[in-house]
Parts: sequence; C-alpha cells; structure tokens
Amino acid sequence: MTKTIDAVQDQFETFQILSEDGEVVNESAMPKLSDEQLQELMRRMVYTRIWDQRAISLNRQGRLGFYAPVAGQEASMLGSQFALDKEDWILPGYRDIPQMVFHGFPLYQAFLWSRGHFQGGQIPEGVNVLMPQIIIGAQIIQAAGVGFGLKKQGKKNVCITYTGDGGASQGDFYEGLNFAGAYAANAIFVVQNNRFAISVPVEKQSAAKTIAQKAVAAGIEGIQVDGMDVLAVYAATQQARERAISGEGPTLIETLTYRYGPHTMAGDDPTRYRTKDLDSEWEKKDPLVRFRKFLEKKNLWSEEQENKVVEEAKEDIKASIKKADGAPRQKVTDLINFMFEELPFNLREQLEQYTAKESK
Amino acid sequence: MAQMTMIQAITDAMRNELKNNENVLVFGEDVGQNGGVFRATEGLQKEFGEDRVFDTPLAESGIGGLAIGLGLTGFRPVMEIQFFGFVFEVFDSIAAQMARMRYRSGGVYSSPVTIRSPFGGGVKTPELHADSLEGLMYQTPGIKVVIPSTPYDAKGLLISAIRDNDPVVYLEHMKLYRSFRGEVPEEEYTIELGKADVKREGKDVSIITYGAMVHASLKAAEELEKDGISAEVIDLRTISPLDIDTIIASVEKTGRAIVVQEAQKQAGIGAFVVAEINDRAILNLEAPVLRVTAPDTVFPYASAEDVWIPDHRDIVDKAKKVYNF
Repeated sequence: MTKTIDAVQDQFETFQILSEDGEVVNESAMPKLSDEQLQELMRRMVYTRIWDQRAISLNRQGRLGFYAPVAGQEASMLGSQFALDKEDWILPGYRDIPQMVFHGFPLYQAFLWSRGHFQGGQIPEGVNVLMPQIIIGAQIIQAAGVGFGLKKQGKKNVCITYTGDGGASQGDFYEGLNFAGAYAANAIFVVQNNRFAISVPVEKQSAAKTIAQKAVAAGIEGIQVDGMDVLAVYAATQQARERAISGEGPTLIETLTYRYGPHTMAGDDPTRYRTKDLDSEWEKKDPLVRFRKFLEKKNLWSEEQENKVVEEAKEDIKASIKKADGAPRQKVTDLINFMFEELPFNLREQLEQYTAKESK
Repeated sequence: MAQMTMIQAITDAMRNELKNNENVLVFGEDVGQNGGVFRATEGLQKEFGEDRVFDTPLAESGIGGLAIGLGLTGFRPVMEIQFFGFVFEVFDSIAAQMARMRYRSGGVYSSPVTIRSPFGGGVKTPELHADSLEGLMYQTPGIKVVIPSTPYDAKGLLISAIRDNDPVVYLEHMKLYRSFRGEVPEEEYTIELGKADVKREGKDVSIITYGAMVHASLKAAEELEKDGISAEVIDLRTISPLDIDTIIASVEKTGRAIVVQEAQKQAGIGAFVVAEINDRAILNLEAPVLRVTAPDTVFPYASAEDVWIPDHRDIVDKAKKVYNF
C-alpha cells in the first residue's frame, strides 16, 4: 500500500519549459510572449545581474548599506513579476528589490532603502508595492489581506508575495495560505527555494519533499517550478494570476533556485555551509545562460544587445547612486512626523525639542 | 436617552460605524453568526451581511495580517482578538507591522485598524484571558491604547477609534461588560482619544486610574469622604497617549496623588504617570506619588483573583498615606 504522503508528494513534479541547454522541452506550456517581450525578459535579467554585481561592490566600498544578493534568482524574481499587471500588488521580502523596481519603484529609492533613509520607504503613488519585509513571513498573512481586499472590491488584480524556503517554516506562512484559501483571496504566494535559509539547508527545514505540497493542507493550488527557467516561472505565475482573478483562489508557487552569493553582505560566508560542487552544479543551471541560448537560437539576442544592456545598467546605477547621494540629511524631526497622522503630546513636545536642537 | 450596558454601547458603536462607512469591516473568531463570545457583535452580521461582518479562521496572527492587508486596500478593519491574553500570537502584526506602517513608509501608508479585545480580572477565566497587558502596548510607539470604564465613554471612544487613521488597541474590561447600565445617547458622538475625564471632583488627593479600577477608586473616594478627605478621580480613558494636562492640573490643585492600576507594578502605566508628575509638577507635591497595583506575579489562578486584584480598601490606604504624609 502506498503511503498517503508519498501519493501526495509524487504529484509535485518540477514544471519546466526550457532545458539547461535552452531547448524547449514542454512546447504545450510555452507562454504566448512576443519577441519583444522575450527580449525584455532577457534585458531585465542581464540588467539585474549587473546591478547585483555593482551593489556588492558598492557595499564593499561602504556606499550602499544593507544588501541581500540576488544573482542566481533572476528568473524566479523577474519571471514572476513579468506576469503581473501594473495594478497588482507586490509584498516583497528584503531580497525582492528587483521585482519592486520593475514594478515601478525607482532604483535610487531602492538604494536609499538599503542605506536606511526614510525616502527609501516612500513608495510613489500608483506603485503598488510595500516596503521590503524584514520579519520572515509577516508579509504572507498581509498578502492574504490585500488579496482579500482586492477580491472584495471586485478588482481583476492580485497580490503576490515572496519568501524563501526558510519562510515556509513560519507559522505566518501556514496562516497566510489558510486564510487566503478560506476567503479565496486574489493572492499568489511565491516561495523562492534557494536551498539555504542563511546556512540551514532546506532538508532540515521540513520533512516535506517539496514546499509546493504545503498548498494541499490549505486547500489551494500548489506547483513546483524550475526557478532557473524564466519561461516556466512566468507561465506558472501567469496561470496562478488567471485563476485568482477568475475567483478560483490562491496558488502557492515554489521556485527551485539558488543564490550564488552570501545571504547578505553583512558578514555571511557561504563556504561555511555550502560546497563548491553544489555551487557549480547550480551555476550550470544559470537562468541567464539558459535563456540566452534559447534567444540566440531564435536570433533574438546578440552580444551587441547584451553589451548595450550592461552599459545601460551601469549608467542607471551610477545616476541612481548620485540621486541617492542627494537625499537630505535625516533629522529626528522628520522621523517624529511619520509616527501618527496627528502627533500626541509626547511627540509634540519632542518635536519642539528637536526642532530647537536641529536648527542650531 | 437609552440605558445600556457597556457591551451594548460597544455593539452600538460598531453598528453606527458599519452604517456610517461602507469600508468598515468587523471580523474575528466567532464574531459572525455567533455574535462574538460575549455577544459584542450580536446581530451585526445579520444586519450588514457576511461581506462586512465575518468569521475568521482561528489564528490571531492571521487576523492581524488580514487587517493590515485590508487596510492597505482601503478598508477600515475592526478586528477582534477574542481575549487579550492571546495577543502574544499577534504581537508581530500589531507592534512590528501596524504600529510602524506609517513610519516605515515615510508617511505613505498607514494601518487604520481598530483592535478590540476583552481583558481584565474578576470573572474567573482560565489563564491568559484576563491579564492586563496594556503596558506592553504603551511601550510600543505608533499605536494608541484606549480603555473605557463606562457605557457612555465606550461608545464615543470606539467610534473615535474606528475613525482614527492610525492603529488603536481598544481594551474592554470583562467585568464592566454587564455589571451596570448607564445613559448612552442613541445618536452618534465621539470622544477625543487622549482626553481623560474627571469622574469625581475633589481637592485633597488625586486618584489617577483607568478601566475597572475607576469604579474601585470611586468607591474608595466615597469612603475617604466619610473621613473628611476629598478625593478627585481621574479616568485616563486613553492610556496612550496620556492626557498629561488633565493629570497635572489636578495634581497642581490637590498637591497629592496616587495612581491605581489593575496591572502588575513593574513597568506599568502608573510608573510612567509618576515620572511625568515628577517632571512637571514636583514643586506642587506635598507628598510622594504612590501606586496601587497588583503584585509582580503572573496573573493569578481564578480562585486567587480576589486576593490579588487591588480593591477600594487598598486605594483608601494609599490615599490616606499620601494625605497624612
């Protein structure tokens, strides 16, 4: 007799469209994307890879602040965001800055957020993203709420939220999936399984063979996707979005991916918990290499185009850092004013004190 | 004017706001069909429909996250935590998320959430139902904390809380739910958050308190009157932010004060009130400001509540101590 758990787990096969060689292995699942859209996906991944390299170097120069590297996860991040409508909401974790930026959050503000400046949290009007969440999993229950709100308003929009394999161990992960399922909320939960929660391997997070199967307990759809395959991530997200806006409820998407760099630039050393062999095994699956091969075969990508994006990214980053450098020096009086719509007595008094102090 | 219990006044306030603003949503465990375990939401689902008044799965953290998300999409959530002792399950959503939403977004977003929750001793609950945990809330910048002591205040304060664009924790003392009735206007009215109320005027000693201890203090004031001591009883009503002006005006008049709280002594509201009086009115004082509090143990076993919770005799003793100092 097959054990129930095996019967469940075995149904969660990894969804893939492009092989590591850039060959289409799942023709029927190919999303309908124009040549320009395919090129735009590549452009975004190349741009983000360059941005990541520059961010790491800026961090080492002491010019950036908090930074969680993203290289390796480009397909997972950008493929999912690419399936969204401008009016959709993103509730990001702290690594999910690329999705925010391609959803309309200015790059210079992303740098200010890294540096710990209040202007880094001032999301421009019309950009439906929240500030990057630091508490692992807190965004997942909030996404159930945003998704439920969108549904209540009859909007054909979704809320997508991101966490990692470690995040799937949090109580809020289960509560968020369960609430969203109970209310058939317009929500998509993406777990970017990059195999390590800082140093703890995913095998030690759970007895479950996949994270996608955790959807079953919440009564919602779940799918495991090759997170190094940008077309598969896009297609899975796009289908999840369709299901959500047609009232069929939320979806949990597990993307199998890898972060090449450390957890953050604040002293993490991946050689303490990962082998070189594992690193190179995953580098062979690289999302950019794979997609480049696919596009080159279709004559949609050239070295010239690639170089153009690289230059464009470098210029943007330079300009954005310059703009971030121009942000005003922060004052306690600014911060006091962000506490309440109307300040209570204690903050009114402290505002007076700091106004006097800071005007000296 | 109608005579209402405090819980009726609370229901009335929610009904008023559900009528007043279509974005107001009331939700929590058992608040729908069942009308809440204390019947605070009695009849509301029937009147306003399941879209507006609804049950949640049994998970406090999820309820908090739901409220934040609904708030972001333009709704005005009134969420219930079935008993405030369960707040630890939802503390991240309240203290780390709602309370910081405006700050973290540099004023772009807010969490216009009202968190209603029963608390308070004297009704022999199992553990973690009755604890006075308002001190934890007071220590958290970014939220307001309201504790009404009368049906009239309960309605006006709850309407204000729901209309507030920042998160408000609204704590309902279980012992006051049905212990007496008071006059409550049927029409809507608001009571400004952050304003205390002088529940009894006096000239010799100020008793500064809130919640169920307002009633113990009023009883104490009557006893003190018999001994020729005129006590003023100040009901803080909102404990965060405190109404410093009313406190200081009273202390300047009486020159003597005690602070009374049902909560344990350590790091409580009382300590903060004493510190503020010292900062602002020490030269008006004829005696040190003393506190009447519960001892620093865990909230007691149900059968030990009567020896643990401070009562009017403790208040009389402390008031006499400062009077005779």
